[in-house]
Amino acid sequence: MRKQNKRLVFVLIGLAGVSVAVWLVLTAFRHNLVFFYSPTQVYEGKAPSHGVFRLGGIVEKGSIKKDGLHTTFTLTDLRHSMVVHYTGILPDLFRQGQGVVVQGRRDGATTFMASQVLAKHGANYMPPDVAAELKRSMAAKAKAALS
Amino acid sequence: MKLIHKYAAPKRFYELAGTLTPGLAIITVVLFVSGLYLGLYWAPPDYQQGNAYRIMFVHVPNAWMSMMAYVAMAGFAAAGYIWNVRLADILAKVTAPLGASFTLTALVTGSLWGKPMWGTYWVWDARLTSELILLFLYVGYMALQASIDDPRRAAHASAILAIVGVVNIPIIHYSVYWWHTLHQPASLTLTNQPKIYITMLIPLIIMSLGFMFFYLTMLCVRARSEILWRERHADWVRKLVGLET
Repeated sequence: MRKQNKRLVFVLIGLAGVSVAVWLVLTAFRHNLVFFYSPTQVYEGKAPSHGVFRLGGIVEKGSIKKDGLHTTFTLTDLRHSMVVHYTGILPDLFRQGQGVVVQGRRDGATTFMASQVLAKHGANYMPPDVAAELKRSMAAKAKAALS
Repeated sequence: MKLIHKYAAPKRFYELAGTLTPGLAIITVVLFVSGLYLGLYWAPPDYQQGNAYRIMFVHVPNAWMSMMAYVAMAGFAAAGYIWNVRLADILAKVTAPLGASFTLTALVTGSLWGKPMWGTYWVWDARLTSELILLFLYVGYMALQASIDDPRRAAHASAILAIVGVVNIPIIHYSVYWWHTLHQPASLTLTNQPKIYITMLIPLIIMSLGFMFFYLTMLCVRARSEILWRERHADWVRKLVGLET
């Protein structure tokens, strides 16, 4: 084999080997690479039962109760939900219907004491009037579907 | 193969890059000026983030370029390693600091946006961590280059690092789909409709092209000075700088 072809084969085999190795490592650590658990995973016992972990989901509409710096809200993944207690400043994007990730400990079966609240941002970008228009047309569609 | 070797002769490329640089620089400036104007004044505010989203016109192009520059660097390094193309070694070497600065800019702008929007400057989620690893790969590549005096041996050793590091690129890209991350998934994909409204998308595309041309401009400028340094004993360089007539 020519020297150049040899080097080409060496690079290709090397790259394939490293890819497989990295894939195996990532698969093995899959559990540790999860940034947050969903309320369903907590319900199914897949999340840690004690110690600090992160919980992610959507802030249920109408569930936010504020008392000074203390906030209580329901975090849901639309199948199961947990009540979150948090004292501190909330990020700008925190609002009902928004995806959030909270860090803290479980307190009983459905209560979560959060020490940090992070807002998760969606991939959608649009001007306010377009968002309002979209909301109107969605509502009209839902109404049409009901009648 | 012979043809590539002929046109990839450093002297030839030096002249070619010299001709291209002014044009590339003008295109870059025009794209940056129009992109920033459209992005900062013309584009409407976002329905959730208000004006804070405008940092994306710098953040997103830099994040894209950080990955594209890495693929380019690894490609050049591989070509230099496999076929002994001297020009490829040079292009790989001068791409590294450019890619590192794209990566750093993406990380810093993302962090500044993260504080008001997410509520934190930094989290160790898969997207942010893999992008940080990309920065370390660039820095490691540059350190390895700098630690070996002989250019050919430096190119060979660092090429291996660059090629191995390519594995990180798909991880960065797919991290937001493979794992739960705080970072949002891509708004722009090849297969789906864009999730960014058209008046915000246009400045983003112009800024991305701007950074792409910025990279090409800087690649030409930096490759030219690297060629001059490496060929400093060659007749044509000595003539160029007036040491010989």
